[in-house]
Amino acid sequence: MKTVKSVLVNKMSSKTLYDKIWDTHLVSEREDGTALIYIDRHLIHEVTSPQAFEGLRLAGRLPWRADANFATPDHNIPTTTEERKQGLEGIKDPVSKIQVRTLDDNCAEFGIFELKMADARQGIVHVVGPEQGATLPGMTIVCGDSHTSTHGALGALAHGIGTSEVEHVLATQCLMQKKARNMLVRIDGQLKAGCTAKDIVLAIIGKIGTAGGTGFTIEFGGEAIQALSVEGRMTVCNMAIEAGARAGLIAVDEKTLDYIKGRPFAPSGELWEQAAQSWRSLVSDTDATFDEVVVLQAEDIEPQVTWGTSPEMVAPITGNVPDPAQEADETKRGNIQQALAYMGLQGGTAIKEIKLDCIFIGSCTNSRIEDLRAAANVVKGKKVANSVEVAMVVPGSGLVKKQAEAEGLDRIFIEAGLEWREPGCSMCLAMNADQLGEGKHCASTSNRNFEGRQGFGGRTHLVSPAMAAAAAIAGHFVDIRELG
Amino acid sequence: MNKFIVEKGVVLPLDRANVDTDFIIPKQFLKSIKRTGFGVNLFDEHRYLDKGLPDTDNSLRPINPDFVLNQSRYRDAKVLLAKDNFGCGSSREHAPWALDDYGFRAILAPSYADIFFNNCFKNGLLPIVLDKATISALFTEVEANEGYQLEVDLEQQTIIKPDGSTIEFSVDAFRKNCLLNGLDDIGLTLEGSETIRNFEKSWRSTAPWYFMTPNATTT
Repeated sequence: MKTVKSVLVNKMSSKTLYDKIWDTHLVSEREDGTALIYIDRHLIHEVTSPQAFEGLRLAGRLPWRADANFATPDHNIPTTTEERKQGLEGIKDPVSKIQVRTLDDNCAEFGIFELKMADARQGIVHVVGPEQGATLPGMTIVCGDSHTSTHGALGALAHGIGTSEVEHVLATQCLMQKKARNMLVRIDGQLKAGCTAKDIVLAIIGKIGTAGGTGFTIEFGGEAIQALSVEGRMTVCNMAIEAGARAGLIAVDEKTLDYIKGRPFAPSGELWEQAAQSWRSLVSDTDATFDEVVVLQAEDIEPQVTWGTSPEMVAPITGNVPDPAQEADETKRGNIQQALAYMGLQGGTAIKEIKLDCIFIGSCTNSRIEDLRAAANVVKGKKVANSVEVAMVVPGSGLVKKQAEAEGLDRIFIEAGLEWREPGCSMCLAMNADQLGEGKHCASTSNRNFEGRQGFGGRTHLVSPAMAAAAAIAGHFVDIRELG
Repeated sequence: MNKFIVEKGVVLPLDRANVDTDFIIPKQFLKSIKRTGFGVNLFDEHRYLDKGLPDTDNSLRPINPDFVLNQSRYRDAKVLLAKDNFGCGSSREHAPWALDDYGFRAILAPSYADIFFNNCFKNGLLPIVLDKATISALFTEVEANEGYQLEVDLEQQTIIKPDGSTIEFSVDAFRKNCLLNGLDDIGLTLEGSETIRNFEKSWRSTAPWYFMTPNATTT
């Protein structure tokens, strides 16, 4: 194994942002390129960690650096206020209750910081990490959750890992891996009104496919990405994994620094100045080369709606569900037919004609304050269509909820007929009681439209918060740009 | 970790691209705090006709006779033949745990999602990448011949077909060694503890802002 110093000297030439973070975290590297990477932050939730902690115990190991870990339960906790008031006892499903309690016990046993279910700061781990300043630029961040890519929005190298790797990081503070290749996805120009970060990322996935980014770290850049708020950037990076890339990244700028400054885990005073100075260099060098470059024009991006069972099965709101008969490629035709059969849709149907039974506004993709503001803005003074059976808003964290309530957004939602819930992953993956009914169509601000994802037999359509809100009022998809 | 040296068994063809980890093991089974017992719920939503719940007697559930896993000719399959982008979606290691618990030892596909691919190696399950034409030919052979078996020899990096012909495959040398010897990744990494400690010390002085403890800050 060679040491990191020699690598740094050898790579003084132009680098991508990914190259820079990788190089500063390279502990050692084998001849075949298998590297040991140091991990600065390890985020933990209740679903993918119990077996890892059990592994530590069985081997008689302790966490390498307990203070690098940050835990919060989110996946299978209830979201009704009534249940949450009762604490752990409010979790009706005994198996879920054990899992949440096990996280509490493990964090207590190993001295790991945890925002427990009853804590006012608890929430979806990918919302809470940045919110607390536990996500910082230039960090390496991992979590036993594929949507860890979210944190790349702050210029951190962040990706999901399996439970064996959760245990490996706990025990060694390192991860063994080979470096991915560099991809740049550039969005030139300016987004049109009514189009959002969610539409950008769905359009990207529609273009490159769900395996398009496999083996790559994707850096998102270009004018339209720079113009996004930090929260919007999180929405984009969140779904890098839906394009097949474990990690998504966005260059650090003043918006990034403004977002982080003053957050609980962020440095302050003199240390802040030093850190901020260092973080300003977290951009790809102008002459850095990428293994692959994909360019989209922001002006071409319309509000997006998925019609199938994979995020790449997406169409603009002005479009139609594809007609399998028009598809020449046999494999693609089969995939479309399979998806349409599951979704209960006819080829050629206009997207605007798809009727909704359920509306879900939430998830690590779209549950931050700006998302809730966008949705509230659409439903204000209106009523959810009678044909919509369930419509819920699930804030991403306790602090997002508090902020929304301070702005009166909760009243707007409730008066419009949407349920106002407690923070958690909720119907994005339906591990708790928030499940989409069989055969029901849901306009969802989440990230996956896989078969059964939101509930057995449920039919998911991925959209932006404003588009979900507009669909709630109309009972079917509408073009947000046509609303007055 | 289980060793993988040579495995031979019936091949089960799963003719579907983009099989995601929700398809492999639905979320309700992720509530378990154990690593075992997921095999009976592998491909749950397609294998059974009803909605599966944890802690139920699966032998009493209605099975979907059309699903390949329920066809008697593929009983006791050890090798899974799959299509593009197998294992996409969530990072849940419950997916390889379920495949392993069911009895699969190797997967053959044209491509895999990164996290799933990586998770397989941690569990003694061998995901092999073969080109599309080879995969396509194997689908045809498997479907045409009941009881079709393949032998996967990791040491030799070959797949031996029933007629004795072979298919070569490539595998990362480090991962191969780990699988052949059933090595524990954590133990291997900890052999380099001193290197990690030295790195950490230097990194802490370069970037102290990454080492702030929650207790040192106000909330």
